[in-house]
Amino acid sequence: MNFRELIKLRPDLAFIAHWVRNGSEVLDLGCGDGVMLEYLQSDKQCLGYGVEIDDDKIPLCVNRGVAVIQQDLESGLAMFADNAFDMVLCLSALQMMKNVEGVLRDIARVGREAIVSFPNFAYWPHRVSLLRGRMPVSKSLPYEWYDTPNLRCATIKDFEELANKAGLEVLECIALHEGKPVSVLPNWRGSLAVFRLRKKIAA
Amino acid sequence: MSSLGIVFPQSMHFPEPLPLSSGASLSDYTLMYETYGTLNADKSNAVLICHALNASHHVAGMYERADGGKNVGWWDNMVGPGKPVDTDRFFVIGVNNPGSCFGSTGPMHTNPATGKPYGADFPVVTVEDWVRAQARLADALGIQQFAAVMGGSLGGMQALSWSMLFPERLRHCVVIASTPKLSAQNIAFNDVARQAILTDPDFHGGHYYEHGVVPKRGLRVARMVGHITYLSDDSMAEKFGRGLRNGDYQFGYGIDFEIESYLRYQGDKFSEYFDANTYLLITKALDYFDPARAHGDDLSKALACTKADFLLASFTTDWRFSPERSREIVQALVNNKRRVTYAEIDAPHGHDAFLLEDLRYMNVVRAYYNRIWQGISEGGRA
Repeated sequence: MNFRELIKLRPDLAFIAHWVRNGSEVLDLGCGDGVMLEYLQSDKQCLGYGVEIDDDKIPLCVNRGVAVIQQDLESGLAMFADNAFDMVLCLSALQMMKNVEGVLRDIARVGREAIVSFPNFAYWPHRVSLLRGRMPVSKSLPYEWYDTPNLRCATIKDFEELANKAGLEVLECIALHEGKPVSVLPNWRGSLAVFRLRKKIAA
Repeated sequence: MSSLGIVFPQSMHFPEPLPLSSGASLSDYTLMYETYGTLNADKSNAVLICHALNASHHVAGMYERADGGKNVGWWDNMVGPGKPVDTDRFFVIGVNNPGSCFGSTGPMHTNPATGKPYGADFPVVTVEDWVRAQARLADALGIQQFAAVMGGSLGGMQALSWSMLFPERLRHCVVIASTPKLSAQNIAFNDVARQAILTDPDFHGGHYYEHGVVPKRGLRVARMVGHITYLSDDSMAEKFGRGLRNGDYQFGYGIDFEIESYLRYQGDKFSEYFDANTYLLITKALDYFDPARAHGDDLSKALACTKADFLLASFTTDWRFSPERSREIVQALVNNKRRVTYAEIDAPHGHDAFLLEDLRYMNVVRAYYNRIWQGISEGGRA
């Protein structure tokens, strides 16, 4: 898979992919159908593992030639050694976790750098929805309150604090909308929050 | 789904001795095997299927029995035309291990040293011994490198062993519902089974062939114990519950409960066709398998020499070889940066699930073999 194909398929992932260096060892937590890893393997010569819980996604990863390990992220990343990866990706998966802090600590343990993305709850249509007295339902939060897998609602401002607590330093934070970065009023106009993080070095 | 139809076993004799892990050797031996599909010109599409405790080289297709019935291969839902291991693409080999009772040289055959059946004198064989015997069959068939070596349970141990003993001779290693070593509990169950056989008065120190008897009672109990470990508590509860055979308690020691009837039937059936010495041998091979032992109990070190890509699968209700055991293998492979895919199937059937048709399980194996096939048809290593 080349960059054009990725942009067409997933513009958000295409934006994030430029942060991953060629030849990196990558762990993709909640890798879904494996499209990101397929791209990183074929176009950037990365060596990667995906972690995914959904039965239906496992054969899709296999079809893409992605080495996927079926596992619940909540049960921890004991499978992976400390500092085993140059880059840990956790893209649009963290908001589904019960133990968000635990997962972030594990990310800090197994990886040197990480990219974490999640739907920005402070995206302006969500705010408008709440002002009207209703839970937001949008392209980035496409579920009703009673059937959403998204247990955690966070805003761009919220996340940095927790990342720091979990041992991760924020290198960069970008708000994306439709796969394009939003520079003016990002916490209002960005539907997807993307953080580039680095393991904090103990002083 | 189509099937291979009627298949026929073949045999191959190996006149040169097979040195064994114990230090003993088999002076010469015969292996039974079956093949399905066609070996391609560059011999790159061969798949070896390794069998578990009570199975054989009869992996797929069927035999026509004398009574007109059909004897269907033990992994017929997995191997055949259009099946996950597609015999329209792959040349699949099922092989019966030495020590077995399905035609390969075993304890019921004549010991050339004595002219009498081996009986208890058949040397104890290990998973590694089997793999070395299988490798000689591959040599004879002209197969330098398998596209995949695959097995479930004890068969998975053989596949894993292939990846360590002959790293260059397989591109993919498929290990289903298996373990890198037996737990104390596993060994305990095996020893109960062995004791049942060894203490049967008809056992005669393993030389029962000469006495014209078979230690059926021991074999029957051994199978009953084994069978319990293949099923999950839930699947037993669902299938049998506390169901009564005759509607009410009989106040005796005959059959009250459906589960008793089932286990006794399984035990009886098994003792009709299985050999007691073979049962002893195979449970020992299970107990002894522990590739990490020679590497300071470090499985990562044991697997460091491997070159294959791996697919592992386990089943959540399998308490015989639980998902934790498969995860240990996956972890050791990840430590070695091997390409490994792992599926953990939430199936209710316990260890037996690896022989059953669960769509999630089948889809993963099918997808994996599709990738192997792509690698072959692109002429490169997939």
